[in-house]
Amino acid sequence: MTSENSRPPIAFWPRALAWLLLIGLLTLVALQLRTSQQGVLTSGEPAPEFTLTTFDGQEIGPADLQGKIVVVNFWASWCKPCEQEAEALQTAWEMYASRGDVVFLGIDYVDTEAEALAYLERWEITYPNGPDLRTQISHTFRMRGVPETFIINREGEIAFVKIGPFTSLEEITSLIDRLLES
Amino acid sequence: MFKISDQQTVIKIFGFALLLLVLVIPTSMAYAQGEDPPPTPHPDEINAIAENLYCPVCENIPLDVCGTAACAQWRQQIADLLTQGYSEQQIYDYFAEQYGDAVLAAPPARGINWIIYVLPPVAIFIAAALLLRSMRTARTATLTNRTQGAIGKEYIDQLEADLKNR
Repeated sequence: MTSENSRPPIAFWPRALAWLLLIGLLTLVALQLRTSQQGVLTSGEPAPEFTLTTFDGQEIGPADLQGKIVVVNFWASWCKPCEQEAEALQTAWEMYASRGDVVFLGIDYVDTEAEALAYLERWEITYPNGPDLRTQISHTFRMRGVPETFIINREGEIAFVKIGPFTSLEEITSLIDRLLES
Repeated sequence: MFKISDQQTVIKIFGFALLLLVLVIPTSMAYAQGEDPPPTPHPDEINAIAENLYCPVCENIPLDVCGTAACAQWRQQIADLLTQGYSEQQIYDYFAEQYGDAVLAAPPARGINWIIYVLPPVAIFIAAALLLRSMRTARTATLTNRTQGAIGKEYIDQLEADLKNR
């Protein structure tokens, strides 16, 4: 007679519970890993739907962006590289503003409102800007850091992704012009 | 050259000025007290809250020891909120509302966050149950072995005695 033979069998429910917990935990870990491994959105993927509440209380949602070319720029007042592209983005916006079919949106990531407003004033930015409340918009775009810019085509797909700051006005306008021509 | 009437006028003016001073000074003091800006929060007070917050930009570094510009802004935000009379809990709520639950060192037990509160006690309970069971099994096995050992010795003694008697 061995010691293994003398061990009483474990009841069904504790065993089932333990397995269930283990499977649940592994599933969660797998899902988290999958999300973190996905990286930022890439060209051709459908752009996520979002609603931006601007600093002045205006709400911009999917209905306002339908059929338009949308430039979604993630920035922050503490982000030094964001300053490199701030002027070019504003100039580009001024070039296309009168057309009505090109929309610029600034999403302020993990920032304080006072500093963000001071930044917008300093760079004389006039296109709609608002905070990324609860970091929901950056999550849906799977954004990794600021600055990052996503250009969405008329079909609502991601057309271009720019990681880091734009280096010139021409870089921005060439991408938008390409979409306007297509 | 002063005349009496002039002296009286001076006294009257002086008296009137004194009366004004007596009346105005306390009022102006009270006004000044009312206008005084609220005291600036002590850095310890700010850090006590900051140590329970994490900036998403610098992962796993509490706000009180984080050296980035974003964290400095957040600490200033805490100071501003404290100056405005926010309580500690209200500040945590404000940050969670603005930047999401992930910035809190102790996220609220809602949604998927429940797992971090439920899983450790359940795991400890299961581990304790398994340990207890193993200890019981080991004890039973030891007792069985001892008993078996005793019977074996008795049996051997009996056997030896029988052999001698032959």
